[in-house]
Amino acid sequence: MDAHHPTPKPRVHRRATALVLGEFDSAGHILHAAEKVRDAGYIHWDTHTPYPIHGMDRAMGLRESNLGWIVLVCALTGLGTAFLMMHWMNGVDYPLVVGDKPPGAPGTIPSMVPVMFELTILFSAFGAVLGMLGLNKLPRFNHPIFASARFHAASDDRYYISVEAGDPKFDVETVRALLEGAHATHVEVIEEDHT
Amino acid sequence: MAYWEPIAELDEAPLVLPGTTLHDVTNDISIVSEQPAPRGWWICFLLAATFAGIFVLCVSYLFWRGVGVWGNTSPVYWAWDITNFVWWVGIGHAGTLISAILFIFRQKWRTGINRFAEAMTIFAVICALIFPGIHVGRPWVVYWMFPLPNQMNLWPNFKSPLLWDLFAVGTYFTVSLLFWYTGLIPDLATLRDRSTNIWRQRVYGFFALGWRGSNRHWQHYERAYLILAAISTPLVLSVHSVVSMDFATSVIPGWHTTIFPPYFVAGAVFSGFAMVETVLLIARTVFKLHRVVLMRHLELMNKFLLLTSLLVGYAYGMEFFIAWYSGNQYEMAHFLVNRPTGPFWWAWVWMVSCNCLVPQIYWFRSMRTNIPVMFIASILINIGMWFERFVIIVLSLNRDFLPSAWGYYRPTIIDVGVFSGTIGVFFTFFLLFMRWLPMVAMAEVKGTMAAADPHYGHKKHAEHDEHEHAHALAPAAEGAE
Repeated sequence: MDAHHPTPKPRVHRRATALVLGEFDSAGHILHAAEKVRDAGYIHWDTHTPYPIHGMDRAMGLRESNLGWIVLVCALTGLGTAFLMMHWMNGVDYPLVVGDKPPGAPGTIPSMVPVMFELTILFSAFGAVLGMLGLNKLPRFNHPIFASARFHAASDDRYYISVEAGDPKFDVETVRALLEGAHATHVEVIEEDHT
Repeated sequence: MAYWEPIAELDEAPLVLPGTTLHDVTNDISIVSEQPAPRGWWICFLLAATFAGIFVLCVSYLFWRGVGVWGNTSPVYWAWDITNFVWWVGIGHAGTLISAILFIFRQKWRTGINRFAEAMTIFAVICALIFPGIHVGRPWVVYWMFPLPNQMNLWPNFKSPLLWDLFAVGTYFTVSLLFWYTGLIPDLATLRDRSTNIWRQRVYGFFALGWRGSNRHWQHYERAYLILAAISTPLVLSVHSVVSMDFATSVIPGWHTTIFPPYFVAGAVFSGFAMVETVLLIARTVFKLHRVVLMRHLELMNKFLLLTSLLVGYAYGMEFFIAWYSGNQYEMAHFLVNRPTGPFWWAWVWMVSCNCLVPQIYWFRSMRTNIPVMFIASILINIGMWFERFVIIVLSLNRDFLPSAWGYYRPTIIDVGVFSGTIGVFFTFFLLFMRWLPMVAMAEVKGTMAAADPHYGHKKHAEHDEHEHAHALAPAAEGAE
């Protein structure tokens, strides 16, 4: 090593606890465990299941999804866009008289219905899918939970509860005890790098 | 009584064979894309790819020479091109019906077949969209159909049903694709999590968007799915209604009919169910999906075929009746003379026998549960439905008002090549889908299984339903269903 190429300083990896992950083997166990975690007052926690479990929203104490309002706004935008587009194109910018009917609204509203309907649906569909991804903060390809060697079964036949370190009440041992007391078959602590 | 328990009084059977575990479902479906393709897949794929090649050749020749290479000529200017368009769009409709309408009606049996059906919708609509695109004569100015600024300062005529059709089918394709992809996300995550090589992990992982089965995500996801189903339901009804208006708003006898929108929708569902069945039977045999796609699914589909066949038959009968009842000589000449006894009488016979007579076998359970019979019947029904569109389009044009303008129509070899080519394109896409994507919606199937019920195994759950679930504090009250 000469002066021009100094030895790189070893990067300091500080390992910090990211979350505690409990594994469950049945839908019934995780539902009851979720109720316990909810009642213990945790906020930053989640359940991970291969399919949506009936009653889990209530067991976690979640509010109803407000995706519908996003879709409603998109639907009305689509409806308005279609109407203004057709009125402006065929009625204002280049008045087009077909079948001796007056160009533009209100005279041609009946013939505008199909396109207004279709764009309402089209905008709603984008609102539903993009709104869902937005509310879920997806895509997110990197998450500490993927560091678990067992978590791949969450999309197969296992059920998980994760309690994140960011929770105000978080304490590794308390959470571990809580999950084990709720019939978790395996509990692990997941760490992430802090550089 | 839990939702997954079959109702004995209704003679119901379980949705998934008893004894199948959640892992069995994951494994049965995922392993298809993880193992080398079976020989049956290669045989089907090479056959389909050959026809897709024929399609490319025929369309290249069409673009080179112009639409004169088709048989379309005076007085029949719409022939196989639009027949094929309507046929393919119609086939797509059953996919949306199964995925959206049956979802809203909580028909849990749909989970075994909905992914197939949705994929079929997408590929069928791709094949459909090809035809309006290539029949315009000058495909390089096909963008004139869209409301885009152009050098002539002209906008499309929004009073034209042909333009409504563009919006309807375009929206239909886009929404179907979004619906399909949304359903795929959790299953792509399953394939990602099972991956043992980096490329599978990356590719499936990319499309799975980092899905981690979080219940906070499932909540919005399920709502999005419900909304997509709810908006697809009127959409699918509107699409074929708008397609039918391409005809119904004209004054040609045979087209100028108010029954067209519901009649087209019923016919679409009919042909689509037949196509789902054809494809499903092939996939079930080639990939051995007998644990997930049960005879019960097939029997229910056959019942649907019988029902929609009766609806279509009613529409045929009503067209005849109204032609006679209207007293209009052109209507009567068309429906009572030209269709059954004109030069294309054989097309009419194909239509009636395949669409109205063949499905009558499904009154018998022995026929509804006989796989070779249903395979042949599903193909006959699709032939019949193709002839229905041929009858509507060509038979209305070949003899209109003045006998001096009458003529005959003959397809050319290019017509045949383009049409059979789109079948090849459809199956090429479909086989690639079956090979590389989860064919059955794993997450949805798991949700309908006994093990998915949180109360499963509680022997006395009937006595203390909702028992020890201490209800949460404030938010839970409004969060409950």
